[in-house]
Amino acid sequence: MTGATLNSPKIGSRLNRSPSLVTGFNFIRFKKITEVGIKSIYSHGLRSLLTVLGIVIGVAAVIAMLAVSEGASYEAQQQFRDLGASNILVKSVKPAEVEESSRSGFGPPQAIVYGLTTADITTIRNSIPGVSNVIASRIVKKNVWNGGLNMNTDVVGTSVDYPVSRNYNLRAGRFFSESEMRDHGNVVVLGDEVAQALFPIDNPLGKTIRIDSDYYNIVGIMESEGFSNLGQNQAGSSNSAPSRVFIPFTSSKSRFGETTTRQTAGGVESETVELHEAIIQVEGQDGVIEVGEIIDQILQRRHKDIDYAIEVPLALLRQAEESALRDQIVAGAIAGISLLVGGIGIMNIMLASVTERTREIGIRRALGAKRKDIIMQFLIEAVILSGVGGLIGVVLGIVIPFIISAFWGMTTIVTPLAPILAFSISALIGVIFGIYPSIRAADMDPVEALRHE
Amino acid sequence: MLETESSENTNSDVTAIRGQDIVASVDDIRKTYYMGALSVEVLHGISLDFYQGDYISIMGPSGCGKSTLMNILGCLDQPTEGKYFLGDQDTSKMEDDELSSIRGARLGFIFQSYNLIQQLNVLENIEMPLFYQGYSEGDSHEIAMGLAARVGLDDRVDHKPFELSGGQQQRVAIARALAVDPIIILADEPTGNLDSKSGAEILNLFDELHDQGKTLIMVTHSDEMAERSQRLVCLRDGLVESDDRRNA
Repeated sequence: MTGATLNSPKIGSRLNRSPSLVTGFNFIRFKKITEVGIKSIYSHGLRSLLTVLGIVIGVAAVIAMLAVSEGASYEAQQQFRDLGASNILVKSVKPAEVEESSRSGFGPPQAIVYGLTTADITTIRNSIPGVSNVIASRIVKKNVWNGGLNMNTDVVGTSVDYPVSRNYNLRAGRFFSESEMRDHGNVVVLGDEVAQALFPIDNPLGKTIRIDSDYYNIVGIMESEGFSNLGQNQAGSSNSAPSRVFIPFTSSKSRFGETTTRQTAGGVESETVELHEAIIQVEGQDGVIEVGEIIDQILQRRHKDIDYAIEVPLALLRQAEESALRDQIVAGAIAGISLLVGGIGIMNIMLASVTERTREIGIRRALGAKRKDIIMQFLIEAVILSGVGGLIGVVLGIVIPFIISAFWGMTTIVTPLAPILAFSISALIGVIFGIYPSIRAADMDPVEALRHE
Repeated sequence: MLETESSENTNSDVTAIRGQDIVASVDDIRKTYYMGALSVEVLHGISLDFYQGDYISIMGPSGCGKSTLMNILGCLDQPTEGKYFLGDQDTSKMEDDELSSIRGARLGFIFQSYNLIQQLNVLENIEMPLFYQGYSEGDSHEIAMGLAARVGLDDRVDHKPFELSGGQQQRVAIARALAVDPIIILADEPTGNLDSKSGAEILNLFDELHDQGKTLIMVTHSDEMAERSQRLVCLRDGLVESDDRRNA
């Protein structure tokens, strides 16, 4: 009964082509709907931009916060790696009370005596079963000379195990030996920074440097330390670059003595410190925190003032991990809230768009669009909105940590997972918050929709 | 009815088939609207047969049920009772998706207010029904270009509707209605928003379509327009008052 067999010659030829009736996913169709969506979004440029702002801020905030938290945790791990997982660091610290009493006293200034002693170390080594080795060091600030070039560095008098205990490797040459230690030898191992400053052109190995009036043979050069923040602190000069040279402990003691004198604004200050720091190596990581507590107890008993500080890298790492986790929870909460707000914004604008385009929906329905075509059209539009927001957010989220690093010197790390995750979530938000407006659009009665002004 | 066959038709095939093939028919359809407890029956049982190549005007005072009948003929609405056959298919019990399919594949709509989509250009508007029928991009482009030329707008295919005059917009709408080569073209007061010159152009186009054997159903208020059609159906109070064929 169908009359479709009759056609004008001009337009009749097309019936020979069979239209491929589409049931499943069709890329051309998808592309076309996407084009229409982009056009519609573009035609309301400012409105669309304001709509996606919530998503932009949410995504950018999450990526940036995760980058900062990741950076902090990386720094903590770096310190941890520098000091070693099973090490405990004990440092001498000038106690506040002693400082005051010496200032108020009359007569020639007395040398302030404080800090760790060899006796402390012996007690720790002998009375705590888990301790496998103790590397005690003396750190004296000196000018180190190579001919006319000089550098103010920490001269570390230490034992032969120092590099091993700190996971700190030699770049060239060797560390000093047991026999040089025994002989109070005039040998020195340069830190990388010192080597580069004093020997900008030639190879320092085999040459000599001068400290005070003594010449020392250079036997080795250490690797660059990178981020060793704790390493800086232990020298008592946290704001100086970690430039150090290493000489045998015995040499330090016999060349420099235990009392150092310093010219200050108020006169002359001298202090007597036997040991500046000790690295206590513990067998296995399990007991490290406990051993740290025992060391604290022993030192409390042996010292009148708190003239020492104990750092347990493992404990620091645990703290850093806890704080990183807390940061991530906070980041997650902020992300959740702003994405929720962003999603509501998108839903709001989509509802407005559906109302505005009621007529269009009616026309499309009259011309053969099924309900699912209408749903798809508005859903794709919502996803484009949130996706564009997500994309802008990802770009900002990568740029912001970069700016933070550049201006505040914080380490920030954008892991590839964070942008991917944030972007996927933003697209998902588009789907979730686009569903209701799309269904509302599709549920419109075509007759009513066509009559809509 | 056979004796009222149009003599102006130059296509002998069409003449041969006209009067034989029923392309659509409504059989005692009633439409009741429910508004809460209130119910209003708008159509009280209308039966009409539409033949291949018919050019029909539907007239009647407002409130007579013209729009409701047109909505049912356009598969935009369904009768409360009765049957509506489009081709060989009973549409009165169809699901929403089936109705969408049949609208897209077998009907062409021309509205008083053109109803073009403003964001799309002329070509994209003409292509739209083809898109929902799943035509390939190449095919729909070719068909749409052909139709744009057919209605004399092949030099305006990149224009947006708001850049066109009312008459031009209605010509785009006609091209769009022809895109899927529908069984029936439904026009709801197609010249209602147009000046007489543009209106005349549209009517000339309708005459051409009629000459090519298209089936046209048109709602109108204008006697002048009704004159040009070949069959006049008058409705009054939800019933067919008169159904006359005439020679043009």
